[in-house]
Amino acid sequence: MSKITLKVNGGTHTVDVDPTTPLLYILRNDLNLQGPHFGCGLGQCGACTVILNGAAVRSCILPVSAVRGEITTLEGLSRNGQLHPLQQAWIDEQAPQCGFCQNGQIMTAKVMLDKNPHPTDAQIRDTMNNTLCRCMSYNRVQAAIKRAAKTVAALDNAAQEKEVVA
Amino acid sequence: MIPQNVEDILLTHRRGFLTTAGLLFIGFAAPASPAADAPGPYPLVDPTRLDSWIVIHQNNTATFYVGKTDPGQGTGTGFRQLMSDELDIAFDNTTCIMGSTDITVDQIGSGGSSAMERDSLPMRRAAAEARRALLEMASARFAVPLDQLAVSEGVVTVKTDPSRHVTYGDLIGGGKFNITLSGNNALNVNGKAKIKTIPELKYAGKPTRRDDIPGKVDATTKYSVDVKLPGMVHARNVKPPYACATLTGIDESSVKSLPGFIKVMSKGNYVAVVCEREEQAVRAARQLKTTWQKPATAPFPSSDDLFNYLRTAKPVAVSTAGPEAGALVVGDPARAFQNAAKVIEAEYEIPFQGHTAFGPAHAIADPSNGQMTIYSNDMKTYGMRRGVATFLGLPHDRVRVVYMPGSQGFGRTAAEDAACEAAWLAHELGRPVRMQWMRDEETAWDSKSPAFLVKMRAALDNEGNLNGYSYEARSCDYNHLGYNEPDTTLIAQLMGQRREKPAAGSAATPSDMYAIPNRGMRGDVVALPAIWETPLRTGNLRDPNGPQAAFASESFIDEVAAAIQADPLDFRLKLLEAGTGDDSGFRRARSLAVLKAAAQKYGWDSRPSGKPRGSGKILTGRGIAYTFRGQSMVAQIVEVEVNRETGHVWAKRMVCAHDCGFVVNPQSLLTSLECGMLHGLSRSLHEEVRFNTERVTSVDWISHPTLRHADVPASVEIVIVNGDPNPGRPDLPLYGAGEACLKPTMAAVANAIHDATGVRLRRVPFRPERVLAALRAAGV
Repeated sequence: MSKITLKVNGGTHTVDVDPTTPLLYILRNDLNLQGPHFGCGLGQCGACTVILNGAAVRSCILPVSAVRGEITTLEGLSRNGQLHPLQQAWIDEQAPQCGFCQNGQIMTAKVMLDKNPHPTDAQIRDTMNNTLCRCMSYNRVQAAIKRAAKTVAALDNAAQEKEVVA
Repeated sequence: MIPQNVEDILLTHRRGFLTTAGLLFIGFAAPASPAADAPGPYPLVDPTRLDSWIVIHQNNTATFYVGKTDPGQGTGTGFRQLMSDELDIAFDNTTCIMGSTDITVDQIGSGGSSAMERDSLPMRRAAAEARRALLEMASARFAVPLDQLAVSEGVVTVKTDPSRHVTYGDLIGGGKFNITLSGNNALNVNGKAKIKTIPELKYAGKPTRRDDIPGKVDATTKYSVDVKLPGMVHARNVKPPYACATLTGIDESSVKSLPGFIKVMSKGNYVAVVCEREEQAVRAARQLKTTWQKPATAPFPSSDDLFNYLRTAKPVAVSTAGPEAGALVVGDPARAFQNAAKVIEAEYEIPFQGHTAFGPAHAIADPSNGQMTIYSNDMKTYGMRRGVATFLGLPHDRVRVVYMPGSQGFGRTAAEDAACEAAWLAHELGRPVRMQWMRDEETAWDSKSPAFLVKMRAALDNEGNLNGYSYEARSCDYNHLGYNEPDTTLIAQLMGQRREKPAAGSAATPSDMYAIPNRGMRGDVVALPAIWETPLRTGNLRDPNGPQAAFASESFIDEVAAAIQADPLDFRLKLLEAGTGDDSGFRRARSLAVLKAAAQKYGWDSRPSGKPRGSGKILTGRGIAYTFRGQSMVAQIVEVEVNRETGHVWAKRMVCAHDCGFVVNPQSLLTSLECGMLHGLSRSLHEEVRFNTERVTSVDWISHPTLRHADVPASVEIVIVNGDPNPGRPDLPLYGAGEACLKPTMAAVANAIHDATGVRLRRVPFRPERVLAALRAAGV
């Protein structure tokens, strides 16, 4: 066992655990976060995805001792009670069925849009291809990503105009 | 000890929804009935008490209690629409609690696409009766006759003096109706009030956003995997490494010194480890040394030899019933084949396909208070309650199942396994236990849909008419799993508890309305050499036999059309139009309507299938298939691109025409159909259980692949059809809508591949290597 300090969603937490423990179990069982899910434990499906230093990582295969930096989970996407544009787009497109995979869909899409605010259809399919959904909500998820990209672009434009005015 | 109020768990996300939706009130008062946090015992809820179904709160909100479960298709929202309409209360002021055995009436749970078609009726009757009772209360309060009262959104008003009004909450809020319904079960209960006609419904029929979605995107939904109880420990199974293996030894010293280790628990061939923390249990299960003895003979053929086995094995059961024992016969098919000018034959093969739920099996069992509470996403919680109680030898009323959302299982959670495991471990240990399967365990050992081998024959007369038709199916479905049965659930099998007479299984015949003068159909069930303690266990996977039967029958109809150079749509329409018999539920008329609607949406041009191949790398084609489930009609057209160099198939466009009668929520129907069609596509292109003669070898998302983002069609188009040809009725009744839409997909894809390449694929799935081999063999 060893003491490990994690920065998650703006807070700091110290846990005393076996350092080889996959990050997922710490997030779920010690920090009581329920966004990331266990789907495969093999890094194949994406249910456990969190954002670590701006990258989408699979917390089910990441030893907690290897974590350096700031973790964001699905819980950390909304700000001041406002849903992230991706979350709102997910509602507007009525994307989830059971919802169990949607953490992976949303978090993977978030990292994609952060890096590439205007992805093409092909880029969406390519980037999202290893994030699985057994309900087969893919069609709606892709539509939601496109919708969110438009919202983010509109928000950015509005912010830029504000800056110009200021 | 019930550490967390059940109602809290169940309502958490709904509260979140109402808050974020900006409504004026936050949350609901604790329901007056039924008691949610009672320490037990937990008898079933009496369906004849109106108070079992509906609670009105003082703030003029209502909670509906229904014995159904919603795996994510929006049935919960649909029930609220229908019950709000019948009660005449604002939809936004209602919530719906589902499927927890001690607080909702036993409506079985979900399955068979029965939510709207069957089980919404008693809910509507209860809500209508509550409305009637409330109006009587208002009539007494205002001392005016009933016909002088109007009601809207939970407010009763005196028609002649609108200043006199009262809310439902003021009339009964927090109190009980104390009304006994007629009838004696959750299907036939009824009140004095009549339910509304379809044109009178206001919320039902309107596209409505699902109430479960916000919590699923902001991580406030509590899934059953999220339950944590004080003192809870974690368990993992150690599965036999081979089917039918006998446990010969456990070396507990191999894990004893691991941190957090509590116990190895074993009985018969069942082995599990229990640890304080989850990752400790995962590690201990991997590290535990066990020895096993292989069975004397192979439990099954390898997946490569499966269809040879099915072809030659002696059937153990006859599935179909009809005028002749075991067969459905119209006319004289034997004579039609004797006199045929031409006979066409083909054989179709559909492998075992896994449920492969996205989240593995899991359950949390709490033995506090001498009772047993199971937290689960089981779709049939009432069956689970019976199963767990019988398995443990507990009186049924000492067991309850708290239903919570979970990963969709398409029938996997009907034949659930983790609950009896968690319950046994918790019962033995005296502590709450959380059991969860690992991915390889789930994919290898979950329930499978039965493999099918179907032989089809057609007799054509001199004019090329389809005069005789024969369908002979062999389904590998013996010992089909029921709903959490205490003598078929896996832990029971491994402990040696087996039922004497295994379930016969089924080998269904196709569902179509074609008028063929001489027709014979037969389904036989074949057993594998081993039927117990094997991972090749069959259970209901979304319309359990439908996709298999439709793959054979709708591929074959295409083959016959191609043989006589007929357009496959025209050929089907002609076979339907030739029908003259009774058209119960307008099935024939509605079959024609969905086929025509799909063709119109697609822009179908009439020509025989197997169009001239181009010289390019990509070959394109379109295929059509139609079938029905119950009274729900579906026609699908799939357009494919086939890469002749790699064998890769992309379904570029999918069109579906769907008629399930009256649609309660068109929005959730559309998304459910999209997802169902893509599930059908996944089963067409990817899914197959692979095994050698000892064990299943497809154990993860690489070896048992599923559809991915890149596979998604460029366009998925759905036409909702109301093919009701009876002008005297405003609309058809509500029919099931969950499963029909994936039934024709495999055939539509195969027909499209044939159109594109001229090559007929008769073996599912159409993975690149199989397609490429077929193209090469045909010289394409």
